[in-house]
Amino acid sequence: MTPELFYQSLQFALPEIVLAVGALAFLMMGVFIGDKSSQLISGLSIALLAVVGAWIMIAPGNGEAFGGAFIVDPFARFMKVAAIIGSIFALAMSAVQGKAMHLDKPEYPVLLVIATLGMLLLISANDLIAFYLGLELMSLSLYVVAAFNRDSLRSTEAGLKYFVLGALSSGMLLYGMSLVYGFTGNTGFQEIAAVLSSETRGLGLVFGLVFILAGACFKISAVPFHMWTPDVYEGAPTPVTAFFATGPKIAAMAILIRITSETFLPLISDWRQIIVFVAIASMLLGSFAAVGQKNIKRLMAYSSIGHMGYALVGLSAGSESGVSGVALYMLIYMIMSVGTFACIMSMRRPDGEYVEEVDELAGLFARKPFMAVVLTAQMFSMAGIPPLAGFFAKYYVFLAAVEAGLFTLAVIGFLTSVVAAYYYLRIVKLMWFDEPKGEFERTPGELRFIFGISGLFITAYVLYGGPIGSAADAAARSFF
Amino acid sequence: MGLQALFFYLFAFVAVASAFMVISARNPVHSVLFLIVVFFNAAGLFLLTGAEFIAMILLVVYIGAVAVLFLFVVMMLDVDFAELKAGVLQYAPVGMLVGLVVAAELILVVGSSVLSPEAANSITMPIPNPAERSNTAALGDVLYTHYVYYFQIAGLVLLVAMIGAIVLTLRHRQNIKRQDISRQVARTPETAVEVVKVKSGQGL
Repeated sequence: MTPELFYQSLQFALPEIVLAVGALAFLMMGVFIGDKSSQLISGLSIALLAVVGAWIMIAPGNGEAFGGAFIVDPFARFMKVAAIIGSIFALAMSAVQGKAMHLDKPEYPVLLVIATLGMLLLISANDLIAFYLGLELMSLSLYVVAAFNRDSLRSTEAGLKYFVLGALSSGMLLYGMSLVYGFTGNTGFQEIAAVLSSETRGLGLVFGLVFILAGACFKISAVPFHMWTPDVYEGAPTPVTAFFATGPKIAAMAILIRITSETFLPLISDWRQIIVFVAIASMLLGSFAAVGQKNIKRLMAYSSIGHMGYALVGLSAGSESGVSGVALYMLIYMIMSVGTFACIMSMRRPDGEYVEEVDELAGLFARKPFMAVVLTAQMFSMAGIPPLAGFFAKYYVFLAAVEAGLFTLAVIGFLTSVVAAYYYLRIVKLMWFDEPKGEFERTPGELRFIFGISGLFITAYVLYGGPIGSAADAAARSFF
Repeated sequence: MGLQALFFYLFAFVAVASAFMVISARNPVHSVLFLIVVFFNAAGLFLLTGAEFIAMILLVVYIGAVAVLFLFVVMMLDVDFAELKAGVLQYAPVGMLVGLVVAAELILVVGSSVLSPEAANSITMPIPNPAERSNTAALGDVLYTHYVYYFQIAGLVLLVAMIGAIVLTLRHRQNIKRQDISRQVARTPETAVEVVKVKSGQGL
């Protein structure tokens, strides 16, 4: 690698480098100022993420860096901005109530920034090694923040469970990667694609592909790799759960799109049946298993499994409109999750105790009309009722599936979303028509602001969805 | 050649003999010490084949870190090894099976490189001749150029592991005595020593 080439590589990766250096600087600040610096570092982290996000959005120039390990294209840009927005919201939520949730240590925002860095690297990965390292950087930080409230049994259980199962999935991923490397002789995504399109595929390569897909599906918690999700969502502190539901899902879905729609596109008939199966299983489990849930965080976990199933419907189309649909779906799902989790964090009794049961929401409209209206909009949007954003998300992925001739998949998706609508609407019914249960504490202004923004986004999406949709289309054109 | 062969047999014999001692020693601390001997001799074998980087890494990582960790675990945990070893014979068939599988794999690997030596030429980045470029230097050539990106991310991953371990386990306890080096250094005989004149026959 010549110095000029290296310098050029640095320019492409400059936002990520700034983020990494910033994380190290915050860590030093935390070490020298002590525990009282956590609010300050949270604020600085949010500012840094916002700067990096804006930079990525406006920085021109596509290309590869570091000998093809790192790629910058419109798709990476779209997904990175979505992931960063999710991280900013999650950080803001934890900064508000960090003390009550025992998250007020300077390491917490640092770990979230490093996890976000891992997401960016994962989204930009253009090589199997870069893929793995980005994934590990993200996941390791996530394991730690899941167990961050170390005096709580449930939090440590969540962290340990996530860690053990995550290590297992990393093992599967690495095994698949080694098989793919062995059968193609390359680790670069483009090089692998070139080998695949010129040669007939071997059976070992398909094994490798299956293992890689399994590892990636674990990270987006798609059935049959979803077992960790309900326990981790329930056990982890709520701001951490909100973080899990946003950025990491987007990043893992981005790499799943990249490897299927770019690297393994010549093997579409092989991976399509896997993705179709995973999508159907996730949609079914996500809608039926959520019906009996009493804890709202567990309910959101099953809901996220179902949503990943719907997103995969678009991916299985293997077309430009499919990828665009998935990218848009992930963005909208992220905004909906942020809003819903902000509402869940506001469920606090006057004595300072957080409640998580669905029944506690009874009669919310009488107590907190604004929150009830926003949460109702979120639930309608999650159920996919027009004209809210969630409807458009589902519409585009189902449309892509129908265009690709996957009618059965689209019909199953439609039917399961009707089942899922039951439990979303049950929450709405509880809030509007049941007797109020207990008082809630006054919602902090920051949380109100977050779920207000999220509610505004999903209700007014129909007015300004055009530019976002065309950005997603431009992102999808990176591959086709 | 003769000297090299002599050292090869020395290292190999001691390695195999100590490996046997690892599993047969009664005292677990002795087992770990024999394990260190095995690592040391394996490092010697690597050195003989010209792989000096792996030899040094084996010394630093396996003896410096892993074996010491083993020693700590063995000494800190109250494990009754006599009880653990009681049923060891009934696992012998399984152990034999695993040993056979490993032996078969080794034979396959060695056999294929003997049967088709040209396979080594088809790798994308050929290993430079050890006579011209030592393999530590050869590793450095690619590690800080082609693979600098991976190298840096790996460093960050390790940093996260360190932060995680500290943040999840470290507890600042109150009322414990810590060493304050600046205070120690700032002490002078005037502040530290009190000279008392004691009258003889009276005591303090």
